[in-house]
Amino acid sequence: MAMFMLAALAGCGRGDCLECNVPKMPTPLTIFAASSLKPAFDKLGEVARERQAAAPTFNYAGTQTLVSQLVQGAPGDVFASADTAHMTQLQTAGLISGQPTLFAHNKLEIAVAKGNPKGIHTLADLARPDLVVVLADQSVPAGKYAQQALAKAGVTVRPASYEQQVTGVLSKVALGEADAGIVYVSDIVTSGHVDGIAIPEAQNVIADYPIAVLKQSHAPGPAEDFISLILSAEGQAILRAAGFEGA
Amino acid sequence: MRRARIPTAIGVLAGLGLLLFLLPLAGLIVRAPWNQALVELTDPTTTTALGLSIFCSLTATAIALVLGIPLAMILARTRGTLRNVLRALTTLPMVLPPVVGGVALLLAFGRRGLVGSLLYQALGIQIPFTTAAAVMAETFVAMPFLVIAVEAGLRSLDHRYEEAARSLGAGYWRVLTRVTLPLLRPAIFSGAVLCWARALGEFGATITFAGNFPGRTQTVPIAVYLALETKPEAAITLSLILLVVSAAILVGMRGRWLGAL
Repeated sequence: MAMFMLAALAGCGRGDCLECNVPKMPTPLTIFAASSLKPAFDKLGEVARERQAAAPTFNYAGTQTLVSQLVQGAPGDVFASADTAHMTQLQTAGLISGQPTLFAHNKLEIAVAKGNPKGIHTLADLARPDLVVVLADQSVPAGKYAQQALAKAGVTVRPASYEQQVTGVLSKVALGEADAGIVYVSDIVTSGHVDGIAIPEAQNVIADYPIAVLKQSHAPGPAEDFISLILSAEGQAILRAAGFEGA
Repeated sequence: MRRARIPTAIGVLAGLGLLLFLLPLAGLIVRAPWNQALVELTDPTTTTALGLSIFCSLTATAIALVLGIPLAMILARTRGTLRNVLRALTTLPMVLPPVVGGVALLLAFGRRGLVGSLLYQALGIQIPFTTAAAVMAETFVAMPFLVIAVEAGLRSLDHRYEEAARSLGAGYWRVLTRVTLPLLRPAIFSGAVLCWARALGEFGATITFAGNFPGRTQTVPIAVYLALETKPEAAITLSLILLVVSAAILVGMRGRWLGAL
């Protein structure tokens, strides 16, 4: 019975509701998404709701946390990761249905206080002894990318702290406790409380964001539709407005 | 005198309550990679974090004793609205999500904080990201446990002993150190143990206010959290080590300070 109802719901969600006499009911979807995606995905969720295509709820957390939740059996329909390594990990664990699609890219930027009072212009400046610098921990994708960028630039930084998530870096710069930190461009665009100093292409690291339907999903059709919405021109525009680069 | 037999229902409920504690512990023990435990124990990351955790939690408890006992004495003396207000303020850190507590500490003692900005401008002192910050965060979160326990002890104290000492000519400080505090020993001890245990497990306020840097602010709970993301086996081992160390300290202190209690 439950299976039948779910199948019916899934059918309605796809829009082929001709046989249904009940009004179109949006399919509930649970989306596991990297925390950096929150501003963009909240908007995409609104769009999906307006069109009554689906009723997504989002579980935002660090990608690594999402992976441990899913491996421990958390229920979900879609997984959007902040790096390919974690997506591959779930694929190896047999939790992904089909092939993941890259839907966005993110770059690194140096976050500084509004107006850049300390005159920070390059990654090399982060080695200055008069600065308090915070980075994300190496266990977090953003921290791993930051180390790669610093290595490319040949800079050794003595950070005051290795934060357990990017938002920790961002809030410490925004509160004025740290002078600089390395975060994603999208974080700076949506934060509004810090300024961003661009890192040249040669030193920068591109973060790839893959998305996929989870094998356990009860509504793979609407889940695929949600991914199509993200890949559509409208979805990509929302992502670009949030500071991401398109797929 | 025979005690009344405990009804089955109470026994069943107590058993369920105990299971809630035992099952997660069993989970840790069953899943622990025992062959790696020794390697993990000698790992410098582990020993540094463990040393820092013990240092910070004991320092926080010591500060809580020095500041918390007088606070409890004032609380026990006040009545009415003032008492309710003071009580609410004291227990605030218990109900506040620790991360929020960490942000509040930043807003007070950070470089741009209410007090922190004065410290920074006048003396160039910067509290966040230091071991002192980790100790402050732990004290902030853990001290209420001590204050509440000591206040309860003071309220249930038989004040005739103090009055007797006073009538025999003892001054305030003499009564306090010879009569009141010794009578309060069980309350102070249990409060200090609760306070210390809370400080040892502190995570949210510490990582928010003090950040995470090995040897400076990376306590065991933070090391466990970060290890959980990259190498879960190490995280489980580290959790067990913290558990064993705290149990050992508790048992040791109990025997030494409390005797039969």
